[in-house]
Amino acid sequence: MPYVPHTPEDIRRMLGVIGAPSVEALFAEITPAMRPKSFDLPEGKSEMAVLAQLEDLARKNAVNHVSFLGAGFYDHHIPAAVDALSMRSEFYTAYTPYQPEASQGTLQAIFEYQTAVTRLTGLTFANASVYDGGSALFESAMMAVRHTDRRKLVVCEALNPIYRVMLASYTSNLNLDLVTIAHKDGNCDLAALTSALDENTAAVLVQNPNFFGSLNDFSALFAAAKAKGVVSVISVYPVLQSVLKSPGEMGADVAVAEGQSLGLPLSFGGPYLGIMTCTKGMVRQMPGRMVGRTVDTQGRTGYVLTLQAREQHIRRQKATSNICSNQALCALRSLMHLCLLGEEGLSRTAEISIERAHYAAERLTAIPGVSLLSDPANGGVPFGNEFAVTLPVNAYQVIDKLTARGFVPGFPLGRYYPGLENALLVACTEKTSKEQIGILAEMLRGILV
Amino acid sequence: MIPSDLKYAKSHEWAKIEGDSALVGITHFAQEQLGDLTYVDLPKVGATVTSGAEMGSVESVKAASELYSPVTGTVTEINAALENAPEAINQEPYGAGWMIKVKLTGPPTELGALLDAAAYAQVCAEEAH
Repeated sequence: MPYVPHTPEDIRRMLGVIGAPSVEALFAEITPAMRPKSFDLPEGKSEMAVLAQLEDLARKNAVNHVSFLGAGFYDHHIPAAVDALSMRSEFYTAYTPYQPEASQGTLQAIFEYQTAVTRLTGLTFANASVYDGGSALFESAMMAVRHTDRRKLVVCEALNPIYRVMLASYTSNLNLDLVTIAHKDGNCDLAALTSALDENTAAVLVQNPNFFGSLNDFSALFAAAKAKGVVSVISVYPVLQSVLKSPGEMGADVAVAEGQSLGLPLSFGGPYLGIMTCTKGMVRQMPGRMVGRTVDTQGRTGYVLTLQAREQHIRRQKATSNICSNQALCALRSLMHLCLLGEEGLSRTAEISIERAHYAAERLTAIPGVSLLSDPANGGVPFGNEFAVTLPVNAYQVIDKLTARGFVPGFPLGRYYPGLENALLVACTEKTSKEQIGILAEMLRGILV
Repeated sequence: MIPSDLKYAKSHEWAKIEGDSALVGITHFAQEQLGDLTYVDLPKVGATVTSGAEMGSVESVKAASELYSPVTGTVTEINAALENAPEAINQEPYGAGWMIKVKLTGPPTELGALLDAAAYAQVCAEEAH
């Protein structure tokens, strides 16, 4: 069957049925000024001509840089098997099927993904994922608002600024009170966060490691939150979660994450993966799809969508969320990635990444004028695979010069934090070699000294 | 299955008036229509409930439904056992499946507006068709 949505004859008959004189007449309600006069599409081109044009455009991309960029997204090695397996036609869809129980394989994969991510965060329940780390954080804030029937959200300023912009945007018309607690040299102000909690607070939202790469144990903050009936929400970096104290161990109620670091390539911001996990007490507030395992009438294992009374097709306007999409394909990739690495592989990845970052910090701070924004040796907070340094010059100067030489030295913190124009956020992964770190340090020394 | 000593709301909740308090639950007919209950969301002790207004919800394997309070007052007690054993509502909707106890603060006319067993039986008969 040719893909012809409707022939002129079809259109004529359809217009006849609804009694409209023309297609144009259907759009008469929209004022002409708001309707495009033309879509300005070029004439059709041959396949060869289109390919040539796309290749020209692709050549404008800067590729093969050595990159020390992180800031929420990390360039970890993805085993080739993840690509090979996830591109199989049985898997290659972003959707949970409309007759979900007829697709036992898809549901089993989601169930296993949920199991894997709950083991990472140390909490009991996970959903089938949402769009990305920012939407997961917003959804967790709304879980807390519904759970507590309170309107105030206390947010740490050292939490990813992109997530905070999303949170502010999504909540701007929801009559919520967003209170941001300022960071101190890139560290969470735990005392100020604790004293901001009161009987009107729905949730306290923090990140570990935070946007500056600093590591925290939020156990005391979460205990203080619990005492006031406040929901504790934490956003984590899944790879590092394999070696850090888990949200469950800290007493968090909801743990979310950007899942990109688990088998998803860095590609212009997505598609990525919003991981959401929570305690049993919060599960009724969890948005989105959730897969459970059960047995059929003959005792055989089966997978089903569960707790669907939370969802909009049953609960209508009272649903926990209008999100019913998830990132099933990305979630599947992250599951494959986790299975291929295994517990030990993931921990080794984290350890090597951390080791490289500490080596980089040592090399960079050996340069006169370069120091850690928060130095653990001077009462600062420890860091994982990412750290902030202050430079004697504006960070953009360094970035521009080194990028021209094929090295992207890091992320300019001044972009989101006024006053930190000289601060550079540097990330390493297991892919960063000591030689690359050495070259970066020498080039930086050449610019600054 | 419609005890004569209870008062009923058209939305299928019952109230057992005991002095200035009332015990509230859902009827046999309601639990039968909902099927096996899996979860009950009740108001907190100390909360105010208003006659005819939403006070919580129940979930069964096939639906989620709002609960409406048949009386006005302050919640003095909730049936905490339902959190882990909502099936009590299916098994004994007028006994172990009770939901909340309310100290009545509404006007006396409010109770008069509730249905007696015979009138409620009529409501069920109509809805069953």
